[in-house]
Amino acid sequence: MIELWPYCNIEEVKNLTQYSKPLPMITAETREFWEGCKRHELLIQRCKDCGTYRHYPRPMCPNCGSWNVEWAKVSGKGKVYTYIVAHQPFHPGFFADAPYAVVIVELEEGVRIVSNIVDCTPEDIYIGIPVEVEFDDVTEEVTLPRFRKAT
Amino acid sequence: MEGFTLRDKAAIVGIGETEYSKNSGMSHLALLLQAATRAIEDAGLSPKDIDGVVIAMGVIPFEDIAVNLGTEDLKYAASILMGGASATASLQSAAMAVAFGIATNVLCLTGWNAYSAMRVSGIGQATDLSSAMPVMSTMPKLRDFEMPYGLFGPAQWYAPLAMRHMHEYGTTSRQLGAVAVTCRKHAQLNERAMMRGRPMAIEDHQNSRMIVTPFRLFDCCLESDGAAAVVVTSAERATDMRHRPVYIMGVAEGHPVPVDQIANRQDMFQIGLSYAAPRAFAMAGVTPKDIDVAEIYDCFTWTVICQLEALGFCKRGEGGPFVEGGRIELGGELPINTHGGLLSQAHVIGMNHIVEAVRQLRGDAGAAQVKDAEIALVTGWGDLGDGSVAILRR
Repeated sequence: MIELWPYCNIEEVKNLTQYSKPLPMITAETREFWEGCKRHELLIQRCKDCGTYRHYPRPMCPNCGSWNVEWAKVSGKGKVYTYIVAHQPFHPGFFADAPYAVVIVELEEGVRIVSNIVDCTPEDIYIGIPVEVEFDDVTEEVTLPRFRKAT
Repeated sequence: MEGFTLRDKAAIVGIGETEYSKNSGMSHLALLLQAATRAIEDAGLSPKDIDGVVIAMGVIPFEDIAVNLGTEDLKYAASILMGGASATASLQSAAMAVAFGIATNVLCLTGWNAYSAMRVSGIGQATDLSSAMPVMSTMPKLRDFEMPYGLFGPAQWYAPLAMRHMHEYGTTSRQLGAVAVTCRKHAQLNERAMMRGRPMAIEDHQNSRMIVTPFRLFDCCLESDGAAAVVVTSAERATDMRHRPVYIMGVAEGHPVPVDQIANRQDMFQIGLSYAAPRAFAMAGVTPKDIDVAEIYDCFTWTVICQLEALGFCKRGEGGPFVEGGRIELGGELPINTHGGLLSQAHVIGMNHIVEAVRQLRGDAGAAQVKDAEIALVTGWGDLGDGSVAILRR
C-alpha cells in the first residue's frame, strides 16, 4: 500500500553507472518496448483483435478487453501535443540541464509518449511542432526514445 | 437498493485542526492525533466514541490512530489513496459507513510535516528514503516512462495540462494569478493562515520566478506542517451533538481515463471531477447556481480554473475569464477558498477546505463569513487528476 518516493534509489543508480538521471526498471510487461529501443525501433502495443494502439504497456486492451497483443513498429513521427519547461529541477540528474523541456508527443498512430526534443531550445518548442524519433543509448542496458524536429 | 441515495444521511459534527506552520515540532502521529482529538472534542464526543477511521491519502496506518484513541471495537477502517482528492473522498466513505450502520462515529483525518520533514517539491532530491511520501500505485509507470525524461511530481504533471489549456482557450498567466491573489486576500482575514500579514498583488504574482512553465512560484501552493480532521455521524444522531450539524447532501469521486497517466487522455480536461460533479449535484438535487461558497482544491492556481469548468460554474474554456474581476472573491458571485486555500492558508491535503466549509455553514467563519451561507461545495484533486466533490448544507 505504501510505496517509496522516489521510486528509484538515486544513490544506487549512481553507483551502477555514471549516468545520473533515473532509468526505467525493465519488467516482463515492458521488456519488448525497451528491447525495441535498443535496436532503434519504436514498438507500441497494438490489440490483435480490434487494432487499438496503447501505451504504456499493459496486458489487456482497454477498448475490447482482449489479451491478444502485438508489438507494432510505428513511424516515430508525430507532433508535440503539449510541453513544459522545467526551470526548477526536482532531481539531481537534471540540475545541470535546467531550464529543460519535456514534451508529450502525439504519434501519427494516435498514442502519446512523454519525451524530450534533442535539437531544440525550450524557446523554440511550440504546440504542434512536427517531430520524429531518434534513439539515445544512455547506458549499455537502456536506450531512450527522444525526438528531433522533423525535416 | 434501487432508489437509495446517500443524500442527507450523514453529517459532519466535529472539526479539528492543528496550527499550520513550517515546523510543527511534533511527530507526524502526534500532529494527526492533535487534530483528531480536537475534532472529537468539537463534536462533544470522547475518543472512545470513535468506531470508524478513514485515513485520507494513507498518510499513516489507521492502527496508529485507533490504538491511541483507545478504540475498543473498531468497526470500519479505510485508507483513501487519491492524493489530494482523498480528503473529500473520505467523506463519501464515512457517509456510506454511517448510513448503513456499519459504524456510528467516523473520524476522517489527514496531515503531514510537509515542510519540516518531507517537502513535496523536494521529491527526487530526497535521497533519505525515510522521509519519502506515500504515493500512488501508478508510480512504476511514471518511473519507467516519465521520470527518465525529467518529469517529476505534481507541478510538472499538471503544467502540461495548463499549457494545453492556454493553447486551446487562451487562458493567461494573469488569470492564473487572479486565483492566487484571491486566496491571498482571503488569507488576510484568517488568523490560522500561514500567509496572513503577507498580502500579494497581481504584479507580485507576475514577477515571481518560473517553477515550471506556465507555473510561477505563486501558482504553486504552500508546503506546510499541519493536520486536520472531521467527525461524521448519521443524520439522526447529528441533531444531538454540540454544534449545528452540517449535512452531506451530495458526494462523489471520479477518475479520468486512462487513470494511470495524463499523456494519453483524448480530452485532457475531462478530469475526475468531470465525472464526479454531475453525480454529486444530482444526489444533492441542486445546481451550481445554488452554491453559496466553494472551497476548491488549489494545489495550483490552474487546477482551480479547470475544476470550476468541470463543476459547471462556467463553460469549458471560460474558467480564465471567470476568475477575473472579483467574481471568486468574498462579496463576489462565487466566493472561493475563503480560508486562503492551499495557496495561502496551508496545505493539509484539502481537509482544511472541508473544515472551512463547515465553519461557513455554522456561521463561524469570522471576517471571512459569507452572509447566510446555506450550501457549500468542496472539491479535491489528486494524483493524476482524480477528483472528489462534496455538497454540504446547514
